[in-house]
Amino acid sequence: MAGRKQSEHMALMTVRNLSVGYDSNPIKENINFSIGQGDYLCIVGENGSGKSTLMKTLLRLQKPLSGEIMVGDGLQENEIGYLPQQTDVQRDFPASVREIVLSGCQGRSKNRPFYSRADKQMAAKNMERMEIADLAGRCYRELSGGQQQRVLLARALCATEKMLFLDEPVAGLDPKVTASLYELIARLNQEGITIVMVSHDIDAALEYATHILHVGKHIFFGTTEEYLDSENRKLFLTQEGGMQDA
Amino acid sequence: MLEMLSMYLSYPFVRYAIIVGVLIALCSSLLGVTLVLKRFSFIGDGLSHVAFGGVAIAAVLNLTNQMLIVLPITVVCAILLLRAGQNTKIKGDAAIAMISVAALAFGYLIMNIFSASSNISGDVCSTLFGSTSILTLTKREVLLCMILSIVVVVLFILLYNKIFAVTFDENFAKVAGIKAERYNLLIAIIIAVIIVLAMNLVGALLITALVVFPALSAMRLFNSFRSVTIFSAVLSIVCALAGILISILAGTPVGSTIVAVDVLAFLICLFAGKAKA
Repeated sequence: MAGRKQSEHMALMTVRNLSVGYDSNPIKENINFSIGQGDYLCIVGENGSGKSTLMKTLLRLQKPLSGEIMVGDGLQENEIGYLPQQTDVQRDFPASVREIVLSGCQGRSKNRPFYSRADKQMAAKNMERMEIADLAGRCYRELSGGQQQRVLLARALCATEKMLFLDEPVAGLDPKVTASLYELIARLNQEGITIVMVSHDIDAALEYATHILHVGKHIFFGTTEEYLDSENRKLFLTQEGGMQDA
Repeated sequence: MLEMLSMYLSYPFVRYAIIVGVLIALCSSLLGVTLVLKRFSFIGDGLSHVAFGGVAIAAVLNLTNQMLIVLPITVVCAILLLRAGQNTKIKGDAAIAMISVAALAFGYLIMNIFSASSNISGDVCSTLFGSTSILTLTKREVLLCMILSIVVVVLFILLYNKIFAVTFDENFAKVAGIKAERYNLLIAIIIAVIIVLAMNLVGALLITALVVFPALSAMRLFNSFRSVTIFSAVLSIVCALAGILISILAGTPVGSTIVAVDVLAFLICLFAGKAKA
């Protein structure tokens, strides 16, 4: 799975000398990496190391303090699918699964007030793909955590066929549901969708990802094999190993 | 009783009151669902106090058309409050509390110091509780209210899907290329317009009831955004209509009667929801 070499000019996203943070206080500086078509990049690091902030910056939800984020290889900025962490608002939100998945088509129907037949087919197809077609009429707040993540994944897939950003997708899920969600994401990657995932779960990252970006005291970027040989991994494991096993 | 009702309905001012009441109930319930879900329930309350301050200024300046001053002031405050929810030092609820009591205090102060009217407490009371103003609407005010209501309803229908997306998940919507700030701004402006309109109906203190009760009632019973929105609109209209008719027949104050009916409807929905589950 690992080791697919991408030449520099083919990158979907290239990041140069990026600093991220809030109110001109950089959390992390001098980040460099690129994401190629078909990659599966895991952004790992301790809590508070700035990985979620980095992801928000990549998604243009907040401004970079300095540096560049270049989007290339025919990727439009609104062709990115996003699986955010759950918010308070969503927990008791009265909405059907169908309504939520359909809302993923908003990016492509910017100036149309209503959904087209193509949008509806797209939503149906992606619910099928996430194996939640039978839940279409159910209320989101009544679903289990794993089902909710599948709904949000289906929504993200309506927004993109190219690139998915996932922010801690398995947080709070039990091991069995976690495993099946990872399998689902791996399958999407095999279908050609580029995956960028923020995660605590270093074991899963090593198993599935082609590339690792370790945000910590030192920043590491490279393929998973390179990461396994690197000093960072040892550092990471000594700092956090106990916590991960717990 | 029917005779009495038809007698009342033959007066144009009663018909005006019903038209305006129904339209305002419709508009406020449409936006109510979004505001409740976005945790902005109290924005209506805060803004209505601001509008009260605006009325005070307009009264002192002796303006015949109060709308000219009340509407812009309320819209500006609505924008400030919704922005405050995002990234300022003073958090959303505190900002609302601050602006709302400050506007109330200054409004009353201004009215007391400068007012030329002989019946200050009467003026204040009717602005706060909307006691009689709905029965003294002129044809022009009714027309203005109708136009603004139609604009609100049409905008809501056209932007329904965008409003859903922005309410459910603002960050996702932004990533998908929706200008979420623009829609938040629009929601702020619309809610300000509704509040200024609703001042005539239920008065400044009770507007929040029109915004939150239908939405909360609908959420007890329904599971999709669309059914919640439709049911809260229908319920709100029914309650407003019932409230106005009861107040005419029983001689009770219009605003508080409507709100009382809304509360009753909420309790029924609450128990119906519990029974369903």
